[in-house]
Order: sequence, then C-alpha cells, then structure tokens
Amino acid sequence: MWLFRIYQNNMENFITLKNNQTIPLQDIPVLAYPEFLELNISFVKEDANHCVNYYGFPVLDTIKLICCIADDVKQKIYVSSSVIKKDRQEPITSFTARKLCFHLFERELHENFAIPYYDHPWLKPVRYPIDRPNQENTIANYPFYQIHSEELHEVGVGPIHAGIIEPGHFRFICNGEQILHLEIQLGYQHRGIENLFISSKKILQRNILAESIAGDNVVGHTTAFVQLWESLIGFRPDNKLVYERTLALELERLAMHTGDLSAVCTDIAYQLGGAVFGRLRTPIINFMQHWCGNRLSKGLIRVGESNFPFTMALANELTQVLDAYEPDFMEMYKEMKSLPTVLARLEKTGVITQKQAHRVGLVGMAARASGLSRDLRSSHPFGLYPGVLHEPVIKNHGDVSSRIQIRKEEIIQSIIYIREWLKNIPEQEKQPTVLPMPTANTFTISLVEGWRGEICHCAVTDLNGDILHYKIKDPSFHNWLAIALSVRNNEISDFPICNKSFNLSYSGHDL
Amino acid sequence: MIDHLKILLHQGKQYIPDVTKAIISDTFRGRPVISNLQVDEQQLIDLCPTGAISNMPFSIDLGKCIFCGQCAFACPEKIKFSNDYKMATNDRNGLIIKEGEDQPILIHADLIRKEISTYFKGSLKLRQVCAGGDNSCELELNAASNVNFDMSRFGIEFVASPRHADGIVITGPVTKNMAASLKLCYEAIPEPKIIILAGTDAISGGMFTYSDAINRSFLDLYPIDLYIPGNPVHPLSFINGLLELIRKR
Repeated sequence: MWLFRIYQNNMENFITLKNNQTIPLQDIPVLAYPEFLELNISFVKEDANHCVNYYGFPVLDTIKLICCIADDVKQKIYVSSSVIKKDRQEPITSFTARKLCFHLFERELHENFAIPYYDHPWLKPVRYPIDRPNQENTIANYPFYQIHSEELHEVGVGPIHAGIIEPGHFRFICNGEQILHLEIQLGYQHRGIENLFISSKKILQRNILAESIAGDNVVGHTTAFVQLWESLIGFRPDNKLVYERTLALELERLAMHTGDLSAVCTDIAYQLGGAVFGRLRTPIINFMQHWCGNRLSKGLIRVGESNFPFTMALANELTQVLDAYEPDFMEMYKEMKSLPTVLARLEKTGVITQKQAHRVGLVGMAARASGLSRDLRSSHPFGLYPGVLHEPVIKNHGDVSSRIQIRKEEIIQSIIYIREWLKNIPEQEKQPTVLPMPTANTFTISLVEGWRGEICHCAVTDLNGDILHYKIKDPSFHNWLAIALSVRNNEISDFPICNKSFNLSYSGHDL
Repeated sequence: MIDHLKILLHQGKQYIPDVTKAIISDTFRGRPVISNLQVDEQQLIDLCPTGAISNMPFSIDLGKCIFCGQCAFACPEKIKFSNDYKMATNDRNGLIIKEGEDQPILIHADLIRKEISTYFKGSLKLRQVCAGGDNSCELELNAASNVNFDMSRFGIEFVASPRHADGIVITGPVTKNMAASLKLCYEAIPEPKIIILAGTDAISGGMFTYSDAINRSFLDLYPIDLYIPGNPVHPLSFINGLLELIRKR
C-alpha cells in the first residue's frame, strides 16, 4: 500500500531527464532517506531500469546523495536525491540488502564519507582514496576473506601481474585446481582524478584528464566529458563534431575488440590467432595516428572544436584499411572457431547467467553476452546513433565464448556503420568560438556506450558556475564482481581467459 | 593445417624491416621544433596544461609535455611537432627542447653505466611495473612485442618475474597505493639492474604531478638510466631508445 502511494506521487519524487541534459540542481527533488530508498528500489524492480550512478558529495555539514536510474525502454533517466548528516553515528538501511546491484555504490559512499549501514552485506573498501575518513584501512593491511580448512589453499596474484597490465590483487581460495572463491582487491591505480577535475581550472586540462581516465577507452571517456561540458555551457556541437566523435568511438571499439581477441588467443596458447588478431589491430590504430597524431586517439576530441577535421582523403584511406581488414579478420575468426582445441577452452568457461548479470547490475558487452539488452546506443542514443536505429548484439550463454562472439559481431556491426557514415561526411558549420562558462548551480549527466560498456559522467556546478563535484563511472565499476563470480568452480588455469574476456579497466575503476 | 598455412601466406611478412629507419605519419606528434620567431610567449605558457613550456630561453620540457599539441595549433609558426619518434635520452635535461634548436635527442655514451653495455648488449630482459598508468603506455609496450614491431628479435623481452629481469620499466605517475609494491619489485631484481621511465606520466607525473594521491619518492632513490617521453610512449620510441642504450659504448 505504501509502495503504491509512492508510485502515485511519482511526479514530485524524482525528475525525468534525457541523456546529456542539464537542469538546475534544486529541481532534483530531495526526499527523506526512507522514501528515497523505496523509490529507487521500486525503480530497479522493473526489468527495463538499472542504476547508472548513485553517489554523494559533501554540502556544508551534510552529504547529498544523488541516484540516477536509467529507463532503457522509455529512454529516460530518473534522478532523485536525499541528504544525510555528516558524521552520522546511527546506521541507515542499505539499498544493497534489497537489491544487490547497488552494492559497490554503497561501498563507495561508506568509504568516502563513513556513512554507516546496518544491513549492507559487505562494506569492503573500494579503492582506498587519498581523502578517505578511515586512514587506518590501507591497501596493505586489508584482511582477505579466508576459509580455514586442510583441504583448501590460497593463491595470491598481484598487484603486479605476469604480463604488462595494470595492477590489482586477486586472492583465490582453491580446492585442488578448482576455484571456490575469488576476492579482488583494487585501488592501486588511484590517482585522485575526480579531485583533479575540480582543482584543474583550465578546460583543456579537464579535457586531457578525461583522456587519462582509461587510456584504452580514450574516445569513450572524452566523449562523455565533452558532451557533459557542452550541455553545461549550452553549446550545441555541429554535425561535423558529432560525426567525428561517433566515428572515433566505433573505431575504438573495432580496435579494442580485435586486440581482445588476440589476447584471449594468446592466453590459450593459440599463437596464430594471437599474432594475426594482434597485427589486425595495428592498421586501425595507425589510421587513428594518421588522423589525429596519436594511436590511442589522445588529442582528437576537444570541447566545442576539433583540431583534426575528418576529410575525404581520410575517408578513402579508412575504406582501404577496412577493405584489407575484413577478409583477413573473417578468415582468422572462421579458422579459430573451427578448432575443437580452441572451442574446448572457451565454451562453458566463466559463465555468468542472465540472472546473475541482472542481480549484480552488469553493463555493456559483458551484460549483452549474458542475455541482457544493455546498450546505450539504442537505449539512450547520443551522437549519430539516433540515425542508425542500433540493434544490440545479444548472446545468451554468458560464457567466454559468448563474449568472444559478441566482439566479432560488434566488429562487423561497427564496420557496417562506419562504411555507411563514410559515404557522407558533413561540412563544418560552426567556427570555433570563445566558449561560455557553465551555468551556476546545475546538474548534468552524460552517458556514452564505450567498447567496454556504459560510461557515466555527472557534474554539479557551484554558485559561480565552476565545478563543485565531478563523478566518473567506468563500466568496470559494475562488472568487476562478475569476474569474481564467473570463475567459481572453474579451473584456476582458466582465470586468465575469464579475466581477458571481460577486459575490465583498473584505472577506470580506481580513478 | 592447410588452412593455417593459407592464413600465414595471406598474412605475409608483417614486421617492420628496420625499426631504426621506419617513417611514421606526418601527423604524429614527436620531437617538437621551436623557431626563433618572437611571439607572445606568455600566452603559450598559460595555454600548456602541464606547465611544460617556459621562457628565457623559450623551451618545451618533453618530460612534462603530454603531446596534446595545443601550443602548436595556437602558434604554428613558433612550434611544430615533428614525426621524429626518437625521443629517448639518459639525460633528464636533454628532454628540454629550446627555441632555435633542431637537433636529434641523443643518448650520451659517457652517461651510460659501464655494466649496461657489458652485460645487456646482446640480451635485455625487463620487468614492467604499471604504477598508476592509464593502460595506454601498457598497450604500447605490449605492441612493441607484437609481430609488427617484433622487439624480441633484438634480444629485448618482457619477463614475468623480477628475478629473471635485468631492469624495470615504470609507467604511470607512481600512486601512493602502488609505491610499496614498486619498491619491492625493484629490490627483487638482481644486480646490476636498470630503471627506465616510459611515458610522460612516469617521467614527471604529467597531469597528476600535483595530485595528493601520488608518491614519487622511490624515483629519487636510484639513478634513472633512460627517459622515454610520450603519451603514450610509441613502440618505436621505446625500441630505439633501448637499442641505443645497450649498444652504445
């Protein structure tokens, strides 16, 4: 009955936004915490909805909580807020006890502001940020979950791994070769990037910080930043800018998916696949270097302008690159999928069921491999996507093999989009102008589907229109728990391919 | 089997025959060239996001430059980024490019420790440690070993264990949360050992220089054998830098 009443009062409980919309901060309804909790729990009970961001920031002697729920069918974002007194001693009820998908958001709130929860199942530290209230918890003294048994043993891996990858610690509890439990410890990459967004006053600095959130997803994060900033200052990018950003986003997807196929082949010691997919990535990123001077697209995307206009000559070159790429890629992929020794390693390995995916709030490619249709290109379209009527690629087995197939099909899909876009390069309409300052006391949200999944940037401006708070959410934030779940009951030797099939970001998580 | 041979045939030779002479795209932002033209220097100094530009004499410090190229767009007559990717040096001051100079960046033979050429000339095994790197330098270091750049043909390889390594390659600005592990890893490498800083973040902290979450004190303890600028470091910058270092007497 009570729930019903909340539904009835919907109009005053939350505000409905579109992707990249800026609103006055005061337009977000402020609810009493119990009401705030019930509202957002009732939202995520609907299959179409999921939480894209839930975070807090200090305002005087309170913590302001903002929760953003995306409705993937109606293409809307429901935003609501609440306030909690700083240094509150009396514990509050957690969202997580009701819906697991909030678990990491609440762990982050607890770590950043010492908000006490009485029924959160596991308030494990997230990333040991530099300004955390509890300085006694350090990355070195964390007590890992243990099972005392003569039959079981622990395996610790990292933070420095065997290959050239980012640092993180994995603690396995194994029964012989079989993994019973994996606990993942992150935070080694914490650079304080959200604070730098506030303290770095030049817009160019912020633009470049966005490029450094995750260096393998430069276009994704930078697009989210420029969309957010342009919305904040009321600047409408011309078709040319939108075109270039979307094109670069699909090229980044193409390059990274190809690289991931190479890495999975290497991890199962299939050398030909590793070598050929690895070298197929090279012409794509070399094309990016030819376009913008940087193989990983740093420098390409700027607020309100572009230093590297896309030309007909570049389009012709890209067509040639794709013409050469496609047959080689298909030949290699077909061969790989015909080998029983390869398939035996990929199929039924590292399974995340649709139910699990839904519970932990998986996003992006990994969610789509487990049968969840989560793709911002169709659910909250931005850039050129409203024009292509994007159909997400969905697989249902949720194993390593599904995550491989998704990559292959998304590569083909990206090439179709790119070829279509190359037929018609828009003319530059606007000349670069002096950009205005952001409006004071506003809130903005920007969502971008990067190759890995859902990127969400949120900003709040202060009295003077400067950034008061900046929140970054990488898709990895949702997905790390899925790796830990996927390896249960798998052989420990299959961990590398499980990990690589998700290919999550450490720096994007640790910020 | 037949299909595998077909693929090998279709792929052909993919390696760059001579990595010391490879020419890359003109748009690549490598070693900058600064003219003697008189311009509003302060405007360029203010523009630089990392404080890499200074005056008297007007110069760009490639240890701080993150190669965004924004200064060259603002004043193309004064600053031009060339496609010269050979930017590695063992002299920190050698990374400071002054106006009116258009000279290659050199590795000074007299600054190279004697044991480097004695022991590592024919074979160099490296342990890479990412300490806050954003995964761009890491991707490029991986690429250095792929079939295109094929670094292992020179006897240079990345290894998994520091016990097997002759040196350490550091990427990233060195976060506080990673500082202890970095030190442990370095100490586990047997003597003699070298330290290489790959990428601008590692050399100076880059965009993160003033972050509270960074702790670069480890880098003050030991001599640095090679600085390789880049954002990220280009595989050709990396390979050429190493070749120069181990082959020069």
